[in-house]
Amino acid sequence: MTAGARHLDGGIIQSSVIVSTRWFAGGCGRWAGCAPSDGTRIYIANHTSHADFPLILAALPAHLRERTSVVAAAEYWRGGKVRRYVAEQVFRTILLQRDHVALNQYAQMIAALDRGESLILFPEGTRGSGQHLQPFRCGIYHLARARPQVEIVPVWIDNAYRLLPKGALVPAPIECSVTFGDPTHLYPGEDKKSFLERISEALLSTGRKNGNNCYRH
Amino acid sequence: MAIIAIGISGALMLANLVRSLLPASSLVDNLSARIQSWWRIAVVLALASLAGQIGFLVLFAAVSFMALREFSAVAVSHPTDRHVSAACFFVLLPVQYALAGTGNVVLFTSIVPLTSVALVPVFTALTADSHAYLARVSERIFAIVVCIYCLSYVPALLTLPVAQDGAQLPLFLILITQVSDVLQYIWGKAVGAHLLAPHVSPSKTVEGLIGGIGCATALGAALSWMTPFGAVHAAAIAFLISLTGFLGGFVMSAIKRDFGTKDWSGLLPGHGGILDRVDSIWLSAPVYFYVVRALAVK
Repeated sequence: MTAGARHLDGGIIQSSVIVSTRWFAGGCGRWAGCAPSDGTRIYIANHTSHADFPLILAALPAHLRERTSVVAAAEYWRGGKVRRYVAEQVFRTILLQRDHVALNQYAQMIAALDRGESLILFPEGTRGSGQHLQPFRCGIYHLARARPQVEIVPVWIDNAYRLLPKGALVPAPIECSVTFGDPTHLYPGEDKKSFLERISEALLSTGRKNGNNCYRH
Repeated sequence: MAIIAIGISGALMLANLVRSLLPASSLVDNLSARIQSWWRIAVVLALASLAGQIGFLVLFAAVSFMALREFSAVAVSHPTDRHVSAACFFVLLPVQYALAGTGNVVLFTSIVPLTSVALVPVFTALTADSHAYLARVSERIFAIVVCIYCLSYVPALLTLPVAQDGAQLPLFLILITQVSDVLQYIWGKAVGAHLLAPHVSPSKTVEGLIGGIGCATALGAALSWMTPFGAVHAAAIAFLISLTGFLGGFVMSAIKRDFGTKDWSGLLPGHGGILDRVDSIWLSAPVYFYVVRALAVK
């Protein structure tokens, strides 16, 4: 969805989601490995909660938020009236069919990158329990191969699964943090498996170094 | 009130001036961030003071909310405890501040502490999850006492039947604790030689503590016009406030050290989280409240 297609109500709802995210989660962005940049980036983050993408958006400066889209699962976000409204009118989203990622779906993402927009991607593909990082799906590899110059920024989100885990409706406020790590690229000649392992490790080490992902439970 | 505003602005401008004279270093960058956050805190306090009692109630309810949010990140809790946790934010916190606004000391000092001591264990047991049960219950109750109950004594000062101009009673408490904190830091950096308790608070020194509390006590005497007391009483109260302020901060440092973190969050650049600022208030506020009430309320 482009910004122009969104309703005014959507904009108001988006602002209220960002403001409530700040209240319930704090969620100051920590720019540990890079500074906010106008350049095109793919933010790859660990995924444990619906609060994840509002948290990343809230951590971005407002002018970058306006040109950053979230890549999300189509079958989930088209699964009900409210979800569909949120995905289509409130946030900038690119919806993908998870099971059969067809060529035109990459086309949507690549077109967004070519327009100079940034993407937020959850390479695990689905929300986890917060205990481990799940294996990455290959979409990010194909995207990186199509646009190798685009910076890939690992983003570690802490505590989102304690704020609003899968299946929960009422948030339990808790300080979350969003840590932006060292940008990376697809190396020339790097194969899929080693690339996915490398960026997965980069994301984990962003969390280990800068987040507090060692909370006692 | 105007004098307080001018005094605080003057002190912060002086801090800005001193900072601009220092050679650039990471310490000075941190100092700049600290001073900038101080300006923001001063503006928020000024707005709350203009709004009077309701302003302080709303401000400290918000402070409690943020403090509890930061504390929740380090307290032991299980996913099953989420509803108990949400109830602290959305039920206990508003109830406590509403009661603090009534000025009924019996109600506001008993209902929330007693119900949390009774209900937190019950509802935590009802989750049918007994792993780390006592730690979950006790850390939750400690969080409620520190972040909600004790901090609500600050706006409650405005309900005391004492003649006061504007929000002078809470502002006296806030000024003394914060000045004492800052001066402990400066004295420590300037002449500090003996570390007080390096395993709890790595930078606190004996010299800093004596210098900071001594100066804050003198400031209390000079600001006695903000209180219903004479210079000697005000100085003694300022001494008590800085001492309990130090102890409160010391307790919160021990928690941070136990958890292995330096700051509670990144909310206030240069300072850390909101708890890094109010860690010297949670213990001194109730002490100050009862001292004022015993001495000044007939």
